[in-house]
Amino acid sequence: MMVTALYITIAMVTLAVLLNVYRLIKGPDAPDRVLALDTLYINAIALIILLGITLGTRMYLEAALLIAVMGFVGTVAMAKYLKRGSVIE
Amino acid sequence: MNPYAEYAICLLLLIGGAFTLIGAIGLARLPDFFTRLHGPTKATTVGVGAIVISSVIYFSTLGQGIGIEEILITAFLIMTAPISANFLAKSAMHLKVKTTENTRGQPWDQ
Repeated sequence: MMVTALYITIAMVTLAVLLNVYRLIKGPDAPDRVLALDTLYINAIALIILLGITLGTRMYLEAALLIAVMGFVGTVAMAKYLKRGSVIE
Repeated sequence: MNPYAEYAICLLLLIGGAFTLIGAIGLARLPDFFTRLHGPTKATTVGVGAIVISSVIYFSTLGQGIGIEEILITAFLIMTAPISANFLAKSAMHLKVKTTENTRGQPWDQ
């Protein structure tokens, strides 16, 4: 039963990633693309955790933590660049 | 494995996947940038939170102990999601992103 639920969840998160990529390509303005990237790294964290559950190993959780930190820093840097025109003044 | 733990893992996995998908559908379908800002909030708080809690339950039933990394990921995402949303909204206000007629209030007019 758990394997079925796991596969259904992986399919749902993959569909979510595809919808994010659609918004990333289509997005009319630059903040839309940055927002799509923000959602994309959050969904990547969910996919990595699901991969760890599938393989039965905890080795990938540190990669997920690193993606969380670096994704936040990247989002803030891109938003700051859109607002000010430079990252560090 | 304990059947109740398995039920809990299945329920949390399905809830997490459903909320992640709902957030992505909102990001793809909503008409306006300021309404699209809802998307990552749903995907972060409930989606990744439920998936991470199911991972905690699964690895604790395998006898590998309760991990600190999952709790760290959830706490970090819940802390940083409003900050990044606030930064993005401020940059969109600075760029004067177009809104639909149904969006009430023009914050950059004040």
